[in-house]
Amino acid sequence: MDEIIRLKRKAIEIRRALLTMIHEAGAGHTGGALSCTDILTALFYGVLRIDPANPKWEDRDRYVQSKGHSVEPYWAILADLGFFPPEELRTFSRYGSRLIGHPNNKVPGVEMNTGALGHGLPISVGMALAGKMDRKDYKVYTLMGDGELAEGSIWEAAMAAAHYGLDNLVAIIDRNRLQITGPTEDVMSLEPLADKWRAFGWKTVEVDGHDFGELLGALRAEPDQGKPTVIIANTVKGKGLSLAENQVHWHHRVPTKEEYDHAMVELTRQMEELE
Amino acid sequence: MKSTALANVALTRAGRNKIPNRKVVSDTLLEIAKSKPEVLVLTSDSRGSALLTSFGEELPDQLIEVGIAEQNLVGIAAGLASCGKKPFVVSPACFLSMRGIEQIKVDVAYSRMNVKLIGISGGVSYGALGMSHHSLQDLAVARAIPELDVMMPADRFETENMIKALIDYDRPVYMRIGRNPVDDVYLSEDYPFEIGKAVLLREGGDLTIIASGETVRVALDAAEALRQDGVSCRVLNVHTIKPLDEEAVLKAAAETGAIITLEEHSIFGGLGAAVAEVVSQHHPVRMRILGIPDEPAVTGNTLQVFNHYGISVENVRRVAGNLLAKD
Repeated sequence: MDEIIRLKRKAIEIRRALLTMIHEAGAGHTGGALSCTDILTALFYGVLRIDPANPKWEDRDRYVQSKGHSVEPYWAILADLGFFPPEELRTFSRYGSRLIGHPNNKVPGVEMNTGALGHGLPISVGMALAGKMDRKDYKVYTLMGDGELAEGSIWEAAMAAAHYGLDNLVAIIDRNRLQITGPTEDVMSLEPLADKWRAFGWKTVEVDGHDFGELLGALRAEPDQGKPTVIIANTVKGKGLSLAENQVHWHHRVPTKEEYDHAMVELTRQMEELE
Repeated sequence: MKSTALANVALTRAGRNKIPNRKVVSDTLLEIAKSKPEVLVLTSDSRGSALLTSFGEELPDQLIEVGIAEQNLVGIAAGLASCGKKPFVVSPACFLSMRGIEQIKVDVAYSRMNVKLIGISGGVSYGALGMSHHSLQDLAVARAIPELDVMMPADRFETENMIKALIDYDRPVYMRIGRNPVDDVYLSEDYPFEIGKAVLLREGGDLTIIASGETVRVALDAAEALRQDGVSCRVLNVHTIKPLDEEAVLKAAAETGAIITLEEHSIFGGLGAAVAEVVSQHHPVRMRILGIPDEPAVTGNTLQVFNHYGISVENVRRVAGNLLAKD
């Protein structure tokens, strides 16, 4: 099967799984989870060098999810890849579960506990520095939200990554343009965002964050030597669930039974369109 | 009157020590790091104040400069630790413990990364620079974070022992030291040092003074003065504030019946609070907590600030007299 079609199908499966998790748990960050699902699908099924049978493999690529609240597609993907049994997804956000509402490194495949915004890039700088010191060829990837970019620690780390020439580091921004209060440009404007990263010394690429061809192209591209890479992935918050798309109140809205049933029908139709 | 030195202790001041604990941290780390490439030092434009310049010259690949950016400093350390490095973050305590606290809580403690956080020039070391540069809340904040151990050595010998012990201690730790030389508490580094175990410095039956860090020397001097008053005073050096050596504290409570704590920290949430939490619940005894009151601390050098707030031989003697007079 064509790789792009395969990834599109996988992304629909992940959306089904994450909406089911959120619906059953009665909790979750639906909008942001859907906006980054395609990015995570491209990364985990097309880019990352990882081994579910050996999650601590020394030479693995590192992934740090800085926008920790969009954990649902991450859990669904780790389960699908075999890092833990898929049945466990049903425990999401339940009493005593390790599948909490943010990445948790008690779960195989998760490097670091995140959830407080602005932490992933500094951590990734540390991992990339270690890789350089040890002359390893692994890469470090981190996914940030756009609202998150108001955190000063991001820009501290942006300076450090360029200073140390970390061309083994790739930061991805889920640029869905909405945060919990409203449009990012109303809450705290980020534009001109690409210029900011360029000025900080980063190789800066912009892609359609729902186009697997563009995502894979950017994620697999050789870095500019001595420069970290940032991929600004333009996305739609709530992508794939038409009633949630670009709707700010879907940041952490949980689908009702009716909305959930509607979503499943919609995703089935999307799947059929691929056949 | 029995007054036994129990751990190679300088019962009275043997002369002024000129070596600051910062220097001992730097020298000890340099010696160890030469044969352990995984041992790294991270600084936030603080290599000069941490006396790490020679470390950087001898092992440039093992010193990572982050600039004045404490959040990034701690986050990078956590990332390095996740890849098997042993990072020692060395930065002024006032900034490290406040500016970097969320990274300490989440990236280090919660993710359980083997990062050692060394807060230098802590307490009122920067006495004349004002509250921005005092770190008198750090123990309270650090103590309330799960998985994070909290330590404060009493003198240069203990600093050396502590750093050596931390190299193979696979837990996140916040360790605070001061800026200026502290007069010796011990005669040498040759005494039983163990993380989590208080050191009994002086035996006594009437009262226990429990101290930590730079106040331990004051406690010993006060105990000697009290001896002359006819009071047999036990002195316990709690270099590990968390996990607290509850056994030693409760033994002191049971055997001496009165406790004075002495600390270079807010009277809220530090050593005194830690001792009171244990004593009040398991063996209540009369207690006094001496430290810095809830106000922006007066400016002055460490001795002046200590004297101002009664972290002094004379005041401990007075407080002890009042405490014991209530019999």
